[in-house]
Amino acid sequence: MISEITLIRTLLSILGITVVVGVNAIFVVWFERKVAGHMQYRLGPTEVGPAGLLQTVADGLKLVSKQIIFPQSADKPIFILAPIICLVPVFIALVPVPFSATWQAHELDVGLLLVIALGLLNTLGILLAGWGCDNKYALLGASRAVAQILAYKIPLLLCILPIILLSGSFSLREIVLVQEQSTWFALYQPVGFLIYLIAITLETNRSPFDFAEAESELVAGFHTEYSGMMFSLFFLAEYTYMLVASAIAAILFLGGWLGPFLPGPVWMLLKIYFFLFLMMWFRWTFPRVRVDQMLSFGWKILLPISLLNFLITAGVMAAL
Amino acid sequence: MFESQIAPTYHLEPSEEQESDFILNLGPQHPGTHGVLRVILHMDGEYILTADPVLGYGHRMQEKIAENMTWAQVLPYMARMDYLSALSYNQAWVCLVEKMCGYEVPPRAEYIRVLTTELNRISSHLLWFGAFLLDLGAFTPFLHAFEDREKLLDLLETITGSRLTYCFFRFGGVGADVDATFLRETQEFLDQMRAHLPGYHELVTGNVIFEHRTKNVGVILPFDTSGYGLSGPVLRGSGEAYDVRVKEPYSIYPELKFNVPVEQTGDCMGRYLVRLAEIDESLNMIDQILANIPDGDIQAKVPKIIKPPEGEASMAVETPRGELMIYAVSDGTKIPYRVKYRVPSFANLSIFSKMARGQLLADALAILGSLDLVIPEIDR
Repeated sequence: MISEITLIRTLLSILGITVVVGVNAIFVVWFERKVAGHMQYRLGPTEVGPAGLLQTVADGLKLVSKQIIFPQSADKPIFILAPIICLVPVFIALVPVPFSATWQAHELDVGLLLVIALGLLNTLGILLAGWGCDNKYALLGASRAVAQILAYKIPLLLCILPIILLSGSFSLREIVLVQEQSTWFALYQPVGFLIYLIAITLETNRSPFDFAEAESELVAGFHTEYSGMMFSLFFLAEYTYMLVASAIAAILFLGGWLGPFLPGPVWMLLKIYFFLFLMMWFRWTFPRVRVDQMLSFGWKILLPISLLNFLITAGVMAAL
Repeated sequence: MFESQIAPTYHLEPSEEQESDFILNLGPQHPGTHGVLRVILHMDGEYILTADPVLGYGHRMQEKIAENMTWAQVLPYMARMDYLSALSYNQAWVCLVEKMCGYEVPPRAEYIRVLTTELNRISSHLLWFGAFLLDLGAFTPFLHAFEDREKLLDLLETITGSRLTYCFFRFGGVGADVDATFLRETQEFLDQMRAHLPGYHELVTGNVIFEHRTKNVGVILPFDTSGYGLSGPVLRGSGEAYDVRVKEPYSIYPELKFNVPVEQTGDCMGRYLVRLAEIDESLNMIDQILANIPDGDIQAKVPKIIKPPEGEASMAVETPRGELMIYAVSDGTKIPYRVKYRVPSFANLSIFSKMARGQLLADALAILGSLDLVIPEIDR
């Protein structure tokens, strides 16, 4: 029996998450274009709305109004399912993310595990997209995405484990509250923090690790055949995924909503956009890494270092 | 399967030897080929087994067109082959006709020719720099290069009247004289470019990802270079100091002091460094020209209707991509009897099949980018 309060809370949470996802996508795309513009002697969008802020809305309307083209030989159910599978998990992943001590859709004991598990589904969406549209470039892009997943997921998890040891909890809220007692975990875990940063760039398929959509090699990679709204769903998924990954990074390493003077949610957003800015900075200054170089980088450098980091943390904690 | 194939083959059926083989059709519309080049890749996963370039999507029968035009009417077509170094083509055609007819060119005109050609070379190399980094997945250097190139195009526009497809040289001279403003602005561009070049190196050359993507990738051994008829930075990146401006000097190049940049490595990095060093050398050349440009006429007296005496001639120039040679036969009329272009991109593309074999797709596109191909020049 669901009580009325729970029902209202659930509906409000859904509304809240939808608003966060939508506004974030509109803002981050604009922000990215501004950042890119200023790095390239340009201004970025200026025309639509104040400082071009509504440019993304205009682009979104254009994408919605476009015809969706289904390739003749595409596997239609998979073709349609793929962008949805990409988007829905990152949507749900926002549920356990706390924006302040009280601003949280739903408190989960295993919030961190849920987010990690949902993050894996993104790759499934990419794989389906590459497979379903019967295009060799898309298939190559999808196979790259699948090949890299283990190379970054294991180091990523090995960076999160010390945090769980330090905080003794899988709950994202608890992890922040523990940091309130001590200090930001980035100070205890500088190596883990750096590896996590690299890993989330990989996780969100961002340059310099954007092999799955490597434009100059694979035309548009896994979403080569997608157009209109279905393409923009992938886009939305990518930017929401960046938001989730940055939010987790802020919670795990930079103390989430903790900070002086300003209210919690503001600090949280500042930290999230700091990470988003870092990702944009990477994207607009680095060339793309070759896929085999990334794999050997993941397996031969990231994995041993993160494993060592985990063992040392565990050893020190056991000794204390 | 691994033997080199001389003619492009259209084996669109996957061979039965391995189940995992497949054919990947790269181009003619593909962001990595910079034009309508099509490459049929026979692949095993990400690895390339064979790569067959297919040409002709932009074929306009330039040589046949030249047989139906007067000698002067052919000149505008020169800009339509290698659209990035139109002035080098201008140079080759006017020098060829001057050679056949025995026209003397006033020294000021020669200086203006070399000045504008070298500016054109810088703009071509800047565009290559941006496009190559785009091939490697970096966007920002492209726009940084275009920022500088924009100034260059503005500069050339003031004197030649166009921004890309210049038709500026004339038989026995040039189309317009340079004035003090142009010379001053050129000097300003030199200073700006000199200030920006270290930034390019800082942004790109020292980047660890860039090094991993270009060092030891697409190595051309010096042994291969002559067999494939390579020229230009592709050849000089493999340790061969061959430059037409030095080996068969024309115009005022003997009077200018410049080095021929050479790299021994033969990889993409080598070709990259050669091109950036060439920008620097061109800047030095322009410096000398600005200091020494003589006064005088810009146009020699030539007849209205050009009728070269019966006979044949050829003229080679160094374009930003390598050695361009134009061969023409005259039967004494106002229309060329036969024109033949030997273009650098075509020869440089010919080694691509060999270099791409056994490489990853990403590397093959880096190699393709490092060859600096201009497709309309290949197809012409």
